[in-house]
Formats: sequence, C-alpha cells, structure tokens
Amino acid sequence: MHLNRPSDFHSSRKVVIIGFFLITGLIFLVQLFHIQVVDPAYKLSASSNVLRHLTDYPARGLIYDRNGELLVYNEARYDLMVIPQQVRDIDTTAFCDLLNIDPAVFESRLLQARRHSPFRASVFERQISKNTFAAFQEKLFRFPGFFVQPRTLREYTYPIAAHTFGYVGEAGPSVISNDPYYRPGDYIGISGIEKAYEEELRGKKGVRIRMVDALNRDIGPYQQGRFDTIATAGKDIYTTLDAELQIYGETLMQNKRGSIVAIEPSTGEILALVSSPSYEPGLLVGRVRTRNYRMLQNDTLKPLFNRALMAQYPPGSVFKVVNTLVALQEGVVDLSTRYSCSGAYYAGPITIRCRDHPNPVDVFSSIKHSCNSFSSVAFRNILDRPHFENMQEAFNTWRRHVGSFGFGSIFGSDLPYELSGLVATSDYYDRLYGTRGWRSLTIISLGIGQGEIGTTPIQLANLSATVANRGIYYTPHVVKGIGDPDSSIDLNRLPNVTTIDAEHFNVMAEAMHRVVSDGTGRFSLIPGIEMAGKTGTVQNPHGENHSVFIAFAPVDNPQIAISVVVENAGYGSTWAAPIASLMIEKYLNREVNRTWFEQRILDANFLTPQP
Amino acid sequence: MKPQLNIFKNIDKTVLFLFLALVLMGWFNIYAAEVTDDRHSIFDLNQNYGKQFVFILTSLVIATTILMLDAKVFPTFSWILYGFFLVMLVGVLFFGTEINATKAWFRFGSFAIQPSEFAKYATALALASYISQVKSRTIDFPTRIKPFIILGVPAFLVFLQKDMGTTLVFASLSLMLFREGYIGFRLLITGFLAIALFVLTLIINEFIIIGAMAAITFFTAFIIRKKKTELVQLVALFVLLSGYVYSVDYAYENLLEPHQKLRIEVLIDENADLRGAGYNLHQSKIAIGSGGFWGKGYMQGTQTKFNFVPEQATDFIFCTVGEEWGFLGSIVVIALFLWLLIRLVILAERQRSVFTRVFGYCVASLMFFHFTVNIGMTIGLVPVIGIPLPFLSYGGSSLWGFTLMIFTFLKLDSKRLEML
Repeated sequence: MHLNRPSDFHSSRKVVIIGFFLITGLIFLVQLFHIQVVDPAYKLSASSNVLRHLTDYPARGLIYDRNGELLVYNEARYDLMVIPQQVRDIDTTAFCDLLNIDPAVFESRLLQARRHSPFRASVFERQISKNTFAAFQEKLFRFPGFFVQPRTLREYTYPIAAHTFGYVGEAGPSVISNDPYYRPGDYIGISGIEKAYEEELRGKKGVRIRMVDALNRDIGPYQQGRFDTIATAGKDIYTTLDAELQIYGETLMQNKRGSIVAIEPSTGEILALVSSPSYEPGLLVGRVRTRNYRMLQNDTLKPLFNRALMAQYPPGSVFKVVNTLVALQEGVVDLSTRYSCSGAYYAGPITIRCRDHPNPVDVFSSIKHSCNSFSSVAFRNILDRPHFENMQEAFNTWRRHVGSFGFGSIFGSDLPYELSGLVATSDYYDRLYGTRGWRSLTIISLGIGQGEIGTTPIQLANLSATVANRGIYYTPHVVKGIGDPDSSIDLNRLPNVTTIDAEHFNVMAEAMHRVVSDGTGRFSLIPGIEMAGKTGTVQNPHGENHSVFIAFAPVDNPQIAISVVVENAGYGSTWAAPIASLMIEKYLNREVNRTWFEQRILDANFLTPQP
Repeated sequence: MKPQLNIFKNIDKTVLFLFLALVLMGWFNIYAAEVTDDRHSIFDLNQNYGKQFVFILTSLVIATTILMLDAKVFPTFSWILYGFFLVMLVGVLFFGTEINATKAWFRFGSFAIQPSEFAKYATALALASYISQVKSRTIDFPTRIKPFIILGVPAFLVFLQKDMGTTLVFASLSLMLFREGYIGFRLLITGFLAIALFVLTLIINEFIIIGAMAAITFFTAFIIRKKKTELVQLVALFVLLSGYVYSVDYAYENLLEPHQKLRIEVLIDENADLRGAGYNLHQSKIAIGSGGFWGKGYMQGTQTKFNFVPEQATDFIFCTVGEEWGFLGSIVVIALFLWLLIRLVILAERQRSVFTRVFGYCVASLMFFHFTVNIGMTIGLVPVIGIPLPFLSYGGSSLWGFTLMIFTFLKLDSKRLEML
C-alpha cells in the first residue's frame, strides 16, 4: 500500500545524493592533498619552525594649540617581550645582571608570562631604559625567546590642560574582548581628547611576519613580506586651545577650587578650559601611571574631577540674564518698565533680600545692580499671565526658552564626560506638590537662579557667548582640525538659535556693559577694553558662597566669552570677576598691566582648611 | 507512553559509533586548539574545552531521553514543536542578545542558547509530517509549494537575525525535496547551472559570458534550425540566462556588503584582500598546510595556538585537525563524515514510514551542508560563512541540535517495523 505513494518512485535518486556526498569528499581530499602535501607555499621553510608576528606601533598623533604650538608629543621607549615556549638554555645570571633584577624575580615573571600563554608574547619588563636597550640589542641572540618591542609614550610641553588632553593607558580586558584591534599591552586613549579622537590619533598598527629559527635568529621575512602591513602614523590634532591663555588661567586658579571656560563666540572654539585643582598630565604616563592615578583618586581635593564640564551649581544672579531675556521676549517687560525695590521682595510669607541700590529699577539698572526684586517680579509675571491655561503650560513655555540656551542638556561635541546640568520639569513639581499645588510663588527662587536648577561652567560660558553673538551660539568644542589645522568639523559649524529675538540681546549686551562700567563689576574694569559681564553669588548650603562671573569683550566685536567660578570664595565681584577680567586682558592685549590686581589673585588661597 | 528499558534495542550501532567518535575528536581538538598551558585540566569549566565536556554530557542525557520516549511522539508533536520554535525565532528578534553582530541568542548567565539550531530540527519534523500525509500519486502545485513555505518561514526569521549562514542551511533541505520528488532533475540542473554561472560571472566579465552563450545559442540554433518550437525555446533560454548573468553582476556589485564581497573575492584571488579576509583564509590554509602528510602531532600545532586562525575552536576547528593530524587525520575526519552521511541515507531508504524516511533525509541534508560549507571554507573552496562543523565545533546549541536529530532518527529507525 505504502509503496504506491508518489515519492517512492524517486527512490533511485538516492544514488544521485550519495554521488554528491562522494564527489564533495573527493574534492576536499584533492584540495587537502594539494595544500598539505604538494604546494610548498603553505609550508614554513624547513630551517624555521616559528613565525613571529612583530607589531609596528605607529607614532601617536601630536596635539597642537590654536597657534600651532606643539603641546603633546611622543618619546620612544622599549618593552622587553618574552615568548615563554621559546625560552631555552639561557644564561640567567647574565640576563639578570643586564636587567638588574633578582633571579627569583626572573623566575616568577617567566611563570606569569607562561600562565598568560606559553606561545604568545608577553611583556617581561616595561619601558626599559635606552642603555639597557642598547646592551640588550647586542646580546639578544644569547636569549632565545626574548625580543624588544619599540613603543612610544606621551610627553607634554607644559604641565597644563590635563583634563582636556586626557591620558593614555593599556587597553583593559573588556576593550580587548570587544574590539579586535587591541591586544594585551596595547595603548588606548582613556579620557579627554586622547579618548574622543582615539581612532585618529592611534593610526594603524602594522604587522611584520618574520621567520625565526630555533636559536632566536631572525632569518628573514615570511614570504618576502607578502602579508606584512605597514603601520600608518596617527593624525595630528589641532586644538582650539590658546596655550598661553590656558597657562595663565591655570596660574590664576592656583590654590582655588573652581573653573574657567573661555570661548571664541564667533566659532564656539574653546580658548581655555581650566579646572582647578588639576594635576600634571605627565603623572599619568608610563610605569608610574597606576600608582599616581590611585594617589590622585584618593586626593580629597578631587584633582581628577573636571569641574569645567561636570560641576553643577545653581547659576545664581548670572541667570537673571536669561530670565530678563525671556521676560523681554514674552513681552512682560519692556524698556519703559520700572519696578520698585525697597531692599527686599515681599510676597506673602516669602522675603527675598536685595541690596541697597537706586530705586525704582528698569531693565538696565536691574542687571547693573543685580536687583532680586526686579527679577522676581519679572519671573512671576512671565508665569502668571492669564492666557496660560494652567501652571504647567506657563512653566513649560519658560523652560523651552531656557532650554534653547543649552541648559539642561550636554553639547555632545568632542568634550569628554560632560554633565547635562538640571532644569526641573513641570512633572517634577507635579510630583512634589500635586498638579494644582504649585504656582509662580512656589518656584520663585528660579527667578534669581537658585532652587531646582543646576548649570555647568561651560554652559555659563556658552550663555555669555550667546549674548555676545546676540542670540546664537556655536557648539563649544576643543578640536579645530584633524591632520591639518583647518579641516573644520562640520558638526560644530552650524549655529544654534535661541528662542529670543536679537533686539532683546542688544538690550542685554548694553545692560551687561553697564555692569562693568559702573555696576556690580566695576571693580574689574579693564582700561582700554569695553567689557560686558554679570556677577553671581551662588548660595551654598555647605559653606561659603561660590563666586561666579560671566563676561565677554569687546562689547561691539566680541573676541572672547568667559565664565569663572571660584568655589567658597564669596561675592562674584570680588574674585570671579577680577579673574575673568585678567583672562580677557591677557587674551586681547597678550599682556597684563594691572600687576597689583593680578598679584592679589595669585596670592589668594581658598584651599587651606577653613576653621 | 510506557518507558522502554532496553533503550539500545534495534539502535543502529554504526551511527552510534560514528556519533561518539566525532564528538570525542571534537572535544580533544578544542582542547588542543585552546589550551595555553599543559597543566590545565581538560575538565576546567572556566575554559571552552571544559564547557564542551559539559555540553557532551548534556547531549548524552538528551540522547538517552530521546531513546526512552515513545517513537510516536515525534510525528504527534512535530507541528507543536515547529510552532514553538517559530515563536522563539520571533522572540529572539526582540529579546535576544547580540553576539558578533548576529541577534540570535538567548543569554542565561555565561551560557547562551541559539534557537535557530533547534528550529532546524523542528523544521525537519514538520516537513516529515507534511510530506508523509500527502497521499495522491501526482504532486500538484499547491502540494509542491507547501514544503518550501514550511522551510521558508523559519529561514526568513533567521535571515532577520542577520545570520546568513544558518539561513542558507535551510536551503540545504532542498536535497531532501529532490529525493521526495518535489524538486525535479530539471530544477536541480538549473540550480547547478545558476551556481556555475554565478561563479563564472564573478571571475569573468559578464559580457564575455553573454557573448559565449550567444555563440553557443547560434551554433545550436543552426543545428536545430528546422524545429520551430525548440528554436523559440532556445532563444527564450538565452534571453533568460543573459538576464540572469547581468543581474547577478548587478546584485554582486550593488547589493552585497563589502565584507561579503571580499569573502568571495579572496577565494578567486587570495591577494584580493591580503590584510583582511584573505589574511584569515591564508592563515587557515597555512595551519592546515603546515600539518603536512603526517601532521605535527597532538597539541603540537603552532599556528592555531598563536591565535593566527580566527574562531579556532568554533568555525575553524578543522584547522587544528589539519595542522596536528595532517593529511591522514583530515582523511579520517572526512571519511567518518561520509560514512555517517551514507549510512543515514541507507537507513532512511529502508523505512516503510515516509515520515521517518523524510526526517532521515532532512538530517543527512542539513549535516551535509554544514560539512561542505565548514570544511570548504577552511581550505578555501567556499566563502567564509560562519556555520559550525557538526559534533566537532565548540558550542552547546549546535551539538545539542545535531544530537536531537541523530537520536530522533535512530529512535524512529529502531521502530521501523512498527511505524507506518
């Protein structure tokens, strides 16, 4: 019965199928016979029994400043490598004398390398000196299994910009298992520019395959170097930093906790990025790196922490610039608006103290004197306009304006490890107070830049650049060119436009100009330079207030925009503003004439433990 | 279901022996390929060879379990299993873990399971189930097309995982369809012609091929000039083939990813990509070639150990065989595989049950494809497609998948007198 099924008619096809099997097997055998027995191309030459893959490490790309000054370069070092399997009959005593190590150390290192792999090269001694290298090179034939691998290490022209450059270290196990490019012992950029531009800087490793005989003698390239790859040198990186300004900034910030960020407004190029306290970049190079890193990590002053990008503070009075711009844009204030201030702002149970200044105040004088009352009233008027259906809608309108300045998000260019800062959402307040439980008075502290708001120093510098540009900003970045100085990176070339019209920025630029000419910042006036600025004194629940200042200059043709934060130093006008003015003077005049003024900053010390 | 005590009764001892021989050879070769220090135990569970030992033990448990089951559960549950693994294949697209750019794995701690390995088994069962219930003498079009749908759906799902190798594995089931008459000689020859033209197109300029075909067409047309219908067919065939050659060339130039193109190009000319795909292929060939006639001896291989050969324990395990056991060892492995394949065909042919026969052919087809592509790629005859060598390659899913297939077939075969 079953024999009648249609497919059984094809039973003879099994012969065809078995034929396929046999033909495939036969083809395999012919090919195997060819490569295993006949063709000599796949044999290693009779006199050699080992191929050694030598890696050529290309020189890592150099790093320059904006004026073409060399900042980071390389120096050759040599690693002594061992392939344990090939170590035999060596004069241990002579070897140990050469390296100046104990025979016991020799044994334990060899054992360690063997544990890693008897067949693969391990580092026996890292970065041997030039003398040892020379001595070794002569006697290498006496030590089969050992060879010298050239490498390069980073050197720095000046001990500056450690956070921005970042550092290079050995690739860790997770990197090695995820990226086949890296082998144990290879170097990789771990932070800063070294990390962000790792692929450009590192170039491409080359491999030379050499045949080596049993006596550790190199007997020539394998197959005339047909499989060798030539190392490609890394590309040089041209940063936007101004080395002189960076050095000056770091000098001014000595013995202080805080940061300086200076930006060229017309491009978004970062001229100086200072985070203090910092460390010497040379500390994190080579054999001493791990030990020094641990030391820096345990330092209570947190020198590894990049304050310029990662410290988040409420902006304080500096934020009045933003709030006043929003008020102008939303039409709640104009140039004829005047509010009275009697030394404080009173609203129900809340009192916000202000300082003694002429009364009443308009847009210009409120910025000039940093009037809390004006800012509070303006902020409430933004939120309390009747056409908003509810508080959430009002708040979100305000928040959208604030977000257009870059607050609450990272710039995401080539800056490593930025933090986004914080601008609370209406959802946050809903959760905290209930949907109908909050109003403008509840969040009044935002009007003077306190409360649920956190900004980073680079965001504040960008705010200054935005006013300098009258309403647009270019994403701040630290690299100008890769390979050649002006191969600009397109991403950073597009202007970001704020939600505020340019005419209001003209008002704000003038108001900030008056801050320096005869307002809270007049102490920092630079003779011959028209500077605009805004002071800020950030309330700090943990100690002395933070001193903050943003500025740009010259007012009509801004070349530099800057933010300065000095932690626990008090008023913005006493410390941050003078530092900003010195930086601007240095950048625009290339020299500083106000020596007593400079000396006062250099002498200041906010790091010694306070009583 | 009544558990059977003498589970080895009527089990084909040849297949059992071949299975054990290949699995053990695999384990020893994984050890030889991966061990970096002769003091490491082959049972070290932190190493791949130690894990493989666990996989072998579990596969023996699977084998025993299968042999204890009632043979009737396989036809009964075939569709349920098929459905289950289709769901798993969809699930892995959403909840799977990506390993080597292929989203085909469910991860449990340090172990990962690849549902597509088991989907092959379930598809074989489903095909056997479908074909065994076809009762009519002639195969009409709807009947003929359904098996292609049954294997096409899982193949497409695997394709979505970006696992090219396993997708092609499903195509190998057409060998079984050929045996069952669902694919005729004409289709088979057309298939071969298509592959041959494909390869030729890559080697030679497509216009030369079309020119050569035109010449042949013209010559043939001259011979059969009196037969009108044949002439029309001939010209139609020529147009069809020319279009095919042209579109292959287009597809190759425009649709394949650069790395896929390179894998094909290095087969034709090793120098095409000496630093990348060609380098790997060359290293693989050196490892095998350096083994010579006698081999370097067990654990004496230098090329595989240096990590010059990629994936030396999984897809390139045959390199260790070639290097350490030489031409002789390679012959043995190939002979064992051919013996197993032919034995599977012989067993399949002696069945009265169509279900068992079809299933047997499925197992043989799948294994044949893995064998051909895997060894073929290590010796430079087939582009590098990442699929494992059955039983020898490191990996649990592959071993379990093939264990399931082999022992299900052995169980069905042992009951061949009772199954209809």
